[in-house]
Amino acid sequence: MIYDVLIAGAGVVGGMVARELSKYKLSVCILEKENDVAMGASKANSGIVHGGFDPEPDTLKAKLNVAGVEMLYEAADQLNVPYKKNGSLVCAFGASEEPAVHELYERGLINGVKGMEKLSGDEARKIEPRLSEACTLALHIPSAGIVCPYQLTLSAIGNAMDNGVELKRNFEITDIEKTDLFTVTSYKGETVQGRYFINCAGCYSDEIAAKAGDCSFNIIPRAGEYLLLDKTEGETVTHTIFQVPTPEGKGILVSPTADGNLLTGPTAAVVETAENTEITQNGVDTVIKFAAKSVPSVQFRQVITSFAGVRSSEKNGDFIIEASKKVDGLVNVAAIDSPGLTSCVAIARYVVGILEDIGLALDAKDNWDGTRVNTHAFREMNDEEKDAYIKANPAYGKIICRCETISEGEILDAIRRNPKALDVDSVKRRTRAGMGRCQGGFCSPYVMKLIAKEQGIPMEQVTKKGEGSYIATGKI
Amino acid sequence: MINHDIVIIGGGPAGMAAAIAAYDAGIKDTVILDREDSIGGILRQCIHNGFGLHKLGRELTGPEYADVFAKQVYERGIKVYTETMVTDLTADKVVTATNREGILKIQAKAVILAMGCRERSRGALNICGSRPAGIFSAGTAQKLVNCEGYAVGKRVVILGSGDIGLIMARRMSFEGAKVEAVCEIMPYSGGLTRNIVQCLEDYNIPLYLSTTVAEIHGKQRLEGVTIAQVGPDRRPIEETKRYIPCDTLLLSVGLIPENELTRTAGIPIDPVTNGALVDENRQTAIPGIFACGNVLQVHDLVDYVSDEAEIAGNGAAAYLKGELDKKATVSTKAGYGVRYVLPQTVSALSDKPVSLFLRVANPYGKVRFTVKSGDQVLATAVRLKAVPGEMEKINIPAEKLALASGEITVSLEEL
Repeated sequence: MIYDVLIAGAGVVGGMVARELSKYKLSVCILEKENDVAMGASKANSGIVHGGFDPEPDTLKAKLNVAGVEMLYEAADQLNVPYKKNGSLVCAFGASEEPAVHELYERGLINGVKGMEKLSGDEARKIEPRLSEACTLALHIPSAGIVCPYQLTLSAIGNAMDNGVELKRNFEITDIEKTDLFTVTSYKGETVQGRYFINCAGCYSDEIAAKAGDCSFNIIPRAGEYLLLDKTEGETVTHTIFQVPTPEGKGILVSPTADGNLLTGPTAAVVETAENTEITQNGVDTVIKFAAKSVPSVQFRQVITSFAGVRSSEKNGDFIIEASKKVDGLVNVAAIDSPGLTSCVAIARYVVGILEDIGLALDAKDNWDGTRVNTHAFREMNDEEKDAYIKANPAYGKIICRCETISEGEILDAIRRNPKALDVDSVKRRTRAGMGRCQGGFCSPYVMKLIAKEQGIPMEQVTKKGEGSYIATGKI
Repeated sequence: MINHDIVIIGGGPAGMAAAIAAYDAGIKDTVILDREDSIGGILRQCIHNGFGLHKLGRELTGPEYADVFAKQVYERGIKVYTETMVTDLTADKVVTATNREGILKIQAKAVILAMGCRERSRGALNICGSRPAGIFSAGTAQKLVNCEGYAVGKRVVILGSGDIGLIMARRMSFEGAKVEAVCEIMPYSGGLTRNIVQCLEDYNIPLYLSTTVAEIHGKQRLEGVTIAQVGPDRRPIEETKRYIPCDTLLLSVGLIPENELTRTAGIPIDPVTNGALVDENRQTAIPGIFACGNVLQVHDLVDYVSDEAEIAGNGAAAYLKGELDKKATVSTKAGYGVRYVLPQTVSALSDKPVSLFLRVANPYGKVRFTVKSGDQVLATAVRLKAVPGEMEKINIPAEKLALASGEITVSLEEL
């Protein structure tokens, strides 16, 4: 089979590109090296929809961020991905930090961000009571929001798959040969061929481009560590609280998440590779110290997990989204760090434009359906609706994850629906089973059994996150 | 909406004993709601022995101990809703639960909270390093090994010397795994002495005190851990770091009472026990709602759980019969060397003796506990040794209790 378009990388950008392309009569295949989608930066970032005041004017970041906000909310609505327009506050703590707020405000005006206002410390505390007394000036951006980044990614890819896109997992690309076609080989020796190749490989996008014959850029992987707190702390703040950059660092945010937890982070440390997702003592200390600068009352005893994500950046600081000048048919979509999540739909549409410019014929499908079933519908029902639903679907009455109250029905749905959850962590990202305060202590053996049964594999073959991450080591 | 006299949330050792006591005290319409497919709770996965010595006068395994009570529950015809998870509880005792038949709403006259506890997870510890497979809370590993029949690893390090961790050190050894080390961040173990002897010393498993796991290594499956001694601030000391290759890390770092429903109902919680504030009948601040077992305070012996549950069961029955009128309550207080005292309030007009349960704040040698109210000594007790891992019980005779004039303080002196 020769695909019209190959996409390397099933992150939020690759996923949104796939979804945009699924609107047309094209054969599209996503190649992903991991056992699930959203396994790189898309699963471990701040989950913020940025207003657009931050990027330098006239950059791709500025353009796609501001244009992308509404596109993102629209896509999230179609895909039934929950988000909140909770607004953000960028805070200065003392006179020396105030000029930065004024500068960001001016930059936001140039970028076309609407609705911004400057608030005194007292005004800011009026809308965000637990903000530090030390805050003297804040920029309020009401259009900013929060969204769950991996939920968005897997919904986009699930929707693309429902519209005919293929997903090949565990397809780590070792070789790309370009003749008339791209012939792409995985480390297992599988090959696929395609006419166009879109490189959305995140931290590996420079390596992928080089394999295709384009060495024009280098990715700098940058790790950000986070601490996630229990839902009991989710109402500590309602806005996303940023700090203005200082000589000490870019600042640490304190934000509710779309799922109702409290998130603090990230640090920013240049690391060797995208595999460096370790938590460091220095990182944890930094997050705690700087988060307390914004909100002194954050209860760090209620941390339920810590994690790190590696973002891909480039020395010029802007996104790289262009048809390769070296290799015909190759489109690089690289260095997508913040505000990549906010911009993902705008990026995807921009990429489709580039493909059209370089000769891809776009013939719209008549039957494209951009909506996805609300996989969280059950938990949003009231008791009467739940009762009726359980009577028709008894598996929804068996609670597997007690911390997050997730039923067997929801877990089976995650294992069966595109993109199918193949391992325990994939079930967790789709359903939140195992994401609560006990972190899977009670439910993981049940989830393992459901995966084994549905896939017809023995328990020993059920993994946490793909090849090598086995949980049970054998039968007793 | 259906009605029951007493609804017991949780069918572990606490829920079962409470149900039996309430039934025998005359409240026949007592029901148990449990989320598992049968009652017994965590005992069902505790296949080791050591249960029942105090309560039943014989040594049983966990499932055997549970069976003694389950049998009594069924003999009495007490209704048990299995695979039924309570999702909401209101202060006026409306219990909402979910099972395969739908949403169940029960108006109870009295409620007994017996939800047990959960293990602290890795996430709460902020251990540095990666997040591979092969890291289990000790209880999760115990379930996979004992109930599901799967081995979870071959080379093991255990963080925390709580009882489940100690039991699992021995259990993993039985299954041919090599337990390299048990690390305890405190300068003393939180487990029972008998478990340290029978589960570690008998198997030559080293226990490193004032030591923690500083880093976790491995991308997909655990490859090793870095352990280190900790300073007085409990942070790892760089020079003492050493690497131990292993494929499994078990965490036994504390138990947390599962009080989500208690909070939902608006019942005040003791910040030290993490359980509800209760009186000598184990009644919470909301009349008619009682609590017992590990949801109230984390126990080390199931025998004491059963005792406490009987108090709660009898209390709930007395409440329904109108025999519980609150009178002359005094509060209890942890004095020198004592971390907490339960119950937190006691009726001084009680005509029955009252037992106070407590834990000490540090390990001690020979001590004398003194229970005082004002200048009046209500009880004393001498122990050859007192450690935080072992709960203490001190009885106050009814006639002494009548002498209490105000706050009752329990303190210790080292002898």
